[in-house]
Amino acid sequence: MEALTAIVIGVLTAGAVYLMLARNFMRFLFGLILLSNAANLTIFASGRMTKGAPALVPYGEETPVGVVGNALPQALVLTAIVIGFGLLAFTLALAFEAYRRMDRIDTDEMRFAEPKEDTNK
Amino acid sequence: MTWVLVMPIAVPFATAVIVYLARNYPAGRWISLAGSVLTLVASGVLMAAVLDQGVIAAQMSNWDAPFGITLVSDYLSAVMVVITAITGLATAIYALGEIPEETESLGFYALFQVLIAGVTGAFLTGDLFNLYVWFEVMLIASFSLLVIGGGKDRLDAGIKYVALNLVSTLIFLSGIGLLYGITGTLNLADLRGAVETVENQGLVTVIAMMFMVGFGVKAAVFPLFFWLPASYHTPYFAISAVFAGLLTKVGVYALMRMFTLVFVGDVGFTHEILIWVSALTMFTGVIGAAAQTDFRKILSFHIISQIGYMTLGLALFTPLALMGGVFYLVHHIIVKANLFFVAGLAKQYAGHTDLNRIGGLYKSSPLLAALFIIPAFSLAGFPPLSGFWAKYLIVKASLEIDAWFIAFVALLVGLLTIFSMTKIWGMAFWKPHPDGIDPTPDHAPAYVTRAMLVPISGLAAMTIIIGFFPEPFVQFAETAAMQLLDPVDYVTTVLGVQP
Amino acid sequence: MNSIIFTAAARILVALLFVFSLFMLLRGHHLPGGGFIGGLIGAVSFIVYSLARGPAEARQALRMSPEAIAAIGLGIALLSGMVSFFMGDPLFTGQWYWVGGDSYETAAFSINSVLIFDVGVYLVVLGGILSLTYAFEEET
Repeated sequence: MEALTAIVIGVLTAGAVYLMLARNFMRFLFGLILLSNAANLTIFASGRMTKGAPALVPYGEETPVGVVGNALPQALVLTAIVIGFGLLAFTLALAFEAYRRMDRIDTDEMRFAEPKEDTNK
Repeated sequence: MTWVLVMPIAVPFATAVIVYLARNYPAGRWISLAGSVLTLVASGVLMAAVLDQGVIAAQMSNWDAPFGITLVSDYLSAVMVVITAITGLATAIYALGEIPEETESLGFYALFQVLIAGVTGAFLTGDLFNLYVWFEVMLIASFSLLVIGGGKDRLDAGIKYVALNLVSTLIFLSGIGLLYGITGTLNLADLRGAVETVENQGLVTVIAMMFMVGFGVKAAVFPLFFWLPASYHTPYFAISAVFAGLLTKVGVYALMRMFTLVFVGDVGFTHEILIWVSALTMFTGVIGAAAQTDFRKILSFHIISQIGYMTLGLALFTPLALMGGVFYLVHHIIVKANLFFVAGLAKQYAGHTDLNRIGGLYKSSPLLAALFIIPAFSLAGFPPLSGFWAKYLIVKASLEIDAWFIAFVALLVGLLTIFSMTKIWGMAFWKPHPDGIDPTPDHAPAYVTRAMLVPISGLAAMTIIIGFFPEPFVQFAETAAMQLLDPVDYVTTVLGVQP
Repeated sequence: MNSIIFTAAARILVALLFVFSLFMLLRGHHLPGGGFIGGLIGAVSFIVYSLARGPAEARQALRMSPEAIAAIGLGIALLSGMVSFFMGDPLFTGQWYWVGGDSYETAAFSINSVLIFDVGVYLVVLGGILSLTYAFEEET
């Protein structure tokens, strides 16, 4: 199970890097989403995989019975997913606004903050 | 004990809520100002408690460390919190003059207070994942502040800033995941012991490098700084001042914390890399600044070069060097924020930040010229200003361990800093205005000038005070460095037991 | 969206989803549920409404700006954390007052600061998500 997760993380990261090398900002953003999922899976896998052992306390019990999964990475992943979701939604809104105002999505052509130097001076 | 540690975070958060609800009323900005004053009081109380009792810690929700979220403050955290509150207050005053009403009603002050809360939280937390959360709080607020009220240039800058910072965050997050995987804890104090017992120390070094890259992007060190000069010259001056002062320093603080508390197993490797990274950061930053002709772009590149001194203090890893690093951190926040404030006022007077298109400021406003000279010369390291002592400590520390080349680079960069500062001086203040006009303070309404002059003079006064009376500050930095190098107090206070 | 079926169904769906979101909110802490998931479902109900009637009307149905809701939620969550402070416990420690008993099994219900915190989270999530989706819908 760990090996499979590791491979998935690797594939996600590879895809993310490929996408993030593109000049198109939307592709970059999709790469970022993949990378964010790879990071989340890393945390999830770091809590060790335990099959068929949910991190839950049965009804009426005070402490967990038998084998339980590690609840902490799951809580961390949930937090990371929520934060990642918020940030990516913000970035998408920013990209959309940037496209609307600048009329371009190619990051090479975004030169408004740093216009090309006037070399004739 | 808890409330002393919580208040510096809770006050700005509460202020943000109230200010957001009052964003359409003029009262909003005064509430923000009052909130900043209260934050300063709260951080002063924290500082007093730390001076009185040494390291203090509090467990949130009554969950004992290492399971719950710990807030902890040693000397370094305390001084960073205080300086954050001071910068926050200065910016809140400055913003009264600069920020237009339309931007206020978009929730500017609420975002600003959230930013301050995020920065303070990052300084106070004793838990790695919680540090990540504070980073995010800080980032989302900074993203919005960067593009708020924006034109094309702000959106453009925002895209680059957001993209690179998100990548660094994800590297940091992956590092957290892997570190948890091999140690089973995320409490910083607990990690110190846990990392030592890991069998595969090579893996620890790999993770250390992930953290170095993640924090390195935030701190804008040598090969990772490209987002900074691309974005810091576009937002409102109040915002670029608070970014320049605080945001990169959070990265430096995180590096200092992690590489003194947790990743000390392979100092010969990790800190050696940091030395060269620091030297290159100093040098490329100052060279980049030399090529610029925009007031704020020059200052942006100088942030990078100055970051090099701070990381150098960490990298040399001797008591004297760390002491210099801590001192530098505090001095630089004051000076750099102040220089951006001056740039804003210069624009109010002369109408632009491009140095080719302004001039004559000395003639029309000798006061502003004097207030520029103080932080500018302090940045370059002139005695008797605060920057002199900061540079002196760092250079002395590198000479002490016979790192002649590093000391040479540090001194050379200081020299080149003077070159950039005299360039600004000559072009903005000394030469006549290219349009032949006399830049007069009359362009700006009186309340704008007043609101901007107050924080500039205040911070300049602090620079002078630190410069003339450095002993208490140096002693403080020395204790902070001692606590960093030998964090027994930190670990025992957090965990409640002898390690 | 100009589908009569959707518009008609939306009326029922919105109410059902919103009530379900409140159910999820109140059910939290001891059973799966809670403020975050409740807030998400609540946001979905308003998103369905805005798809059926347009974002302008959905904003009206909300009566407040979503950002203000999020800010109020943040305030409530902070205040609930402060409650324990007055009880002499570390911040954010859950405060429980059981009605008709002294534990989860025996009491009829409880008044606790954890639920208030969850209400805050609910409002933050609801407001945050709606402010984003409304912004997107109004732009397109």
